[in-house]
Amino acid sequence: MTDWPKDIYDVLKEAGIAQVSYVPDAGQARLIEMCDTDNEIRAIPLATELEGIGIAAGAWLGGQRAALLMQSSGVGNCINAFTLLKNCRFPFLCVVSMRGEFGEGNPWQMPMGQATGKLLEIMGLVVYWARRPEDVRPTMEAAIQIAFSAMNPVAVVLSQQLIGAKTYG
Amino acid sequence: MAGGKTLELDRREVVARLLADAGELLVVTGLGSATWDCVTVMDRDLNFYLRGAMGSASSMGLGLALAQPQRRVLVITGDAEIMMTAGALATIAAQGPKNLSIVVLDNEAYGETGMQPSLTASGADLAAMAAAAGFQLAETVWDEAALARALPAILTGDGPALHAVKVKAGNYPHAMPPGDGATLKDRFRLALLGPDAAA
Repeated sequence: MTDWPKDIYDVLKEAGIAQVSYVPDAGQARLIEMCDTDNEIRAIPLATELEGIGIAAGAWLGGQRAALLMQSSGVGNCINAFTLLKNCRFPFLCVVSMRGEFGEGNPWQMPMGQATGKLLEIMGLVVYWARRPEDVRPTMEAAIQIAFSAMNPVAVVLSQQLIGAKTYG
Repeated sequence: MAGGKTLELDRREVVARLLADAGELLVVTGLGSATWDCVTVMDRDLNFYLRGAMGSASSMGLGLALAQPQRRVLVITGDAEIMMTAGALATIAAQGPKNLSIVVLDNEAYGETGMQPSLTASGADLAAMAAAAGFQLAETVWDEAALARALPAILTGDGPALHAVKVKAGNYPHAMPPGDGATLKDRFRLALLGPDAAA
């Protein structure tokens, strides 16, 4: 069986990502743990997701590559900060794990989850969805190209079909 | 006029003192007056000016300081700009970059929108917030003597440091950066990284 969290981690490593900032999400718990325990990656827990955009821009100014990991809820916290990326053509990669999308059980997750993909597109990010484990690695590899060669902000969105919907009692 | 004290320092003179021997200093400025101040006082390739994305200046400073641990990084921004992402103070403290200094030009007002009182006018204490978040050094600077004492710590001391420099409210004319965001980003990287900027 494809170990897709490891695939994401491996692609981040192969691409030389030096700073990984995040607000934790259960859907990325293993990936975060791998980044936290890697001495070559600076793992940066955030108070709010929009900090990760400034951090990625600052890292790039200083010659390093960064990535932001967040739940779909966090995309809403980022909207105005995304303008930094387009105004300055900063490369940017985020990995978004979905709530409120496929088989969600919490009504509070639905409005943001249903808007997440559209909002990312409206703000000018290239959006790649990953729904099956075997799609994750090639999707991440394509996203690295978009971010750091084509110099366009990009989001890899991990569907609840991939990560599983959280169950409630 | 928090605590009944008078705001007496001139923001442009403060910025001139900060940049007097800028040398290899890496500077990020927050939107609004902090950007106009730095453009006017000393435009240089190693200044990066924000004109939007309010709340992002301190985070840019963090990413830059972590990427360039041998270089001093100075964030110059306004009190409302940093207040918008006050939680980022905790993020920065947790990373503990020794080479990061933040100077807040605290005029207790929203200077770009009509001088409405900001939250520091009601007594919010940014230096205390930074200290509580775990900053290595956090001080409020009220006058010229305190500024003179603080300058060495701002420019060479162990960070992360935040100095809330209380400045008079009042606007100078805008001074536009010499190029759009992409141009400023590219010239900064070329000056810092040389040929490696292409990678």
